[in-house]
Amino acid sequence: MNRYTKRTFALEMVMVAVGIVFAFPVYVLVNLAIRQPSDTSSPILPTTSPTFGNFTGAWREAGLGGALINSVLVTTVSVFIVLAVSALAAYPLARSTARWSRGTFLLIMLGLILPFQLASLPLYQTVRDLGLLGSVWSLVLFYAGLQVPFTTFLYVGFLRALPRDFEDAASIDGATPFTTFRYVVLPMLKPITGTALVLNAVAVWNDFFTPLLYLSGSDQQTVPVAVAGFVGQFVSDWNLIFAALLISIVPVLAVYLALQRSIINGFAGGLKG
Amino acid sequence: MSAARRRGRVAPPWWFTLPALLLFAFVVLVPSARGVYYAFTDWDGLDPDFAFIGLRNFADMFNDADALQAVWHTLLIAVAITVIQNGVGLLLALGVNSMIKTRNLLRVLLFAPVVVTPIVTAYLWRNLLGPDGAVNSLLGAFGLGSWQQDWLGDPDLALWMVVLVVVWQFSGYSMVIFLAGLQSIPREIYEAAAIDGTGAVRRFWSIIRPLLAPAITINLMLSIIGGIKLFDQVYALTGGGPGHATDTISTLIYKDAFTLGEFGYSIALAVVLTAIVAIVSAGQFAVLNRNEQAAS
Repeated sequence: MNRYTKRTFALEMVMVAVGIVFAFPVYVLVNLAIRQPSDTSSPILPTTSPTFGNFTGAWREAGLGGALINSVLVTTVSVFIVLAVSALAAYPLARSTARWSRGTFLLIMLGLILPFQLASLPLYQTVRDLGLLGSVWSLVLFYAGLQVPFTTFLYVGFLRALPRDFEDAASIDGATPFTTFRYVVLPMLKPITGTALVLNAVAVWNDFFTPLLYLSGSDQQTVPVAVAGFVGQFVSDWNLIFAALLISIVPVLAVYLALQRSIINGFAGGLKG
Repeated sequence: MSAARRRGRVAPPWWFTLPALLLFAFVVLVPSARGVYYAFTDWDGLDPDFAFIGLRNFADMFNDADALQAVWHTLLIAVAITVIQNGVGLLLALGVNSMIKTRNLLRVLLFAPVVVTPIVTAYLWRNLLGPDGAVNSLLGAFGLGSWQQDWLGDPDLALWMVVLVVVWQFSGYSMVIFLAGLQSIPREIYEAAAIDGTGAVRRFWSIIRPLLAPAITINLMLSIIGGIKLFDQVYALTGGGPGHATDTISTLIYKDAFTLGEFGYSIALAVVLTAIVAIVSAGQFAVLNRNEQAAS
């Protein structure tokens, strides 16, 4: 089975065909994004006289520049917070067998089952009463809390499989628990931190429901709500809409292509127990 | 403390959990508990005066054709996505786990949609599936002009188009999890089976499938729960329409709360959603856990 046979070649042809089918929507996306609105030929035919006008128009009208900055800000800050607090919490939760520790862990794991729809409406009221509606900081707070159960789950599972000898040695040498965490435990958590970073960043960046609730009607937008608002405004101006969609996808795909190995490994390995 | 120190085992202090616990309580736990309470009231989201009305919101659901339909759509979509996405994902994984030369390229390509914002891919597909969209153009080009139609405008088809878009986007996710499972199976096992002359189907069913059990568990859990909560794709593709033909529990929660102001009823729907997720995950976990143990 290690040789390249005729059957391997047949499989190769089938898989390439499948790949073309999967990539086809992206071809149409690019094809229509560079097409002049006056050109009404079939969407599957290559555009003959391409233009970049749609991109400048979409960029100007959709407020994508501000939305990209907001998305980067929200994703960076909330993912940093959730990684920090979850790693810190995972240390005692993974190491202590006391009743409070097991109880706290189960309580946090309850969050894996609760769909965000349940909490989002009462929380909407709280955020409104705090005057944070329309502020990206409400989103930072939201994601920092929402992603705690999943991230803690990853950290605790990973840490339980690690020996505690290094921590014990550090505390024998007189290190405080926090010093031990910062300089002994945290470096050992590096592989799972990569996984947690990838999964959280993708989840936060792509979330649409929450900013739809908390930011609608304000001038603060993240990329998904900016795109949705733009589509609502330019209902059938598809060349312009496609240019906006493409602009919103490019940064994500650029990061994906640059880090594809670690991103795929993050998704593939993150949920293995 | 000194006794523990001497043994070299200082348990990390409980307060390390505090920051995470406070954030979790503020964002998830307390609002969820309040949500369950509001489900038994007639709260409109604004008025601080609201009445406790017992089970009336839940009773109302049984007389609300839209709600019953939405529950049915939610379950149908979740099951369809789970079956199709994992079937496609598994075939893709077997395909790229071979000796073909394009396997790395295809893996990167097929996984790419997973990282793209769902609302964006859904808007893309809304155009592709439209009356003048690329899907109809392709059918025309292949001489299948009689198949051309408004894919999202037909109440019987629209739901399946939602499934199609989710499957297109997330089959790559199932693929990489299956692929990780396949690659953890030692080469010798395949070779031994091949030498014994076991047929490909038999080889898959009796040898590979049991060893893939952990990957199957993860994939089924991920896709069914994701399917139950589905919102973005429906919102962008059909907005729940035509009529209510594609409304799911999640889109109904949004509409009832923010266009009708029925927060109490809307949260009661969210409680039903929570119950479905809890039952499905508990049931699935029990069944799959048993299979996994039986297989190992």
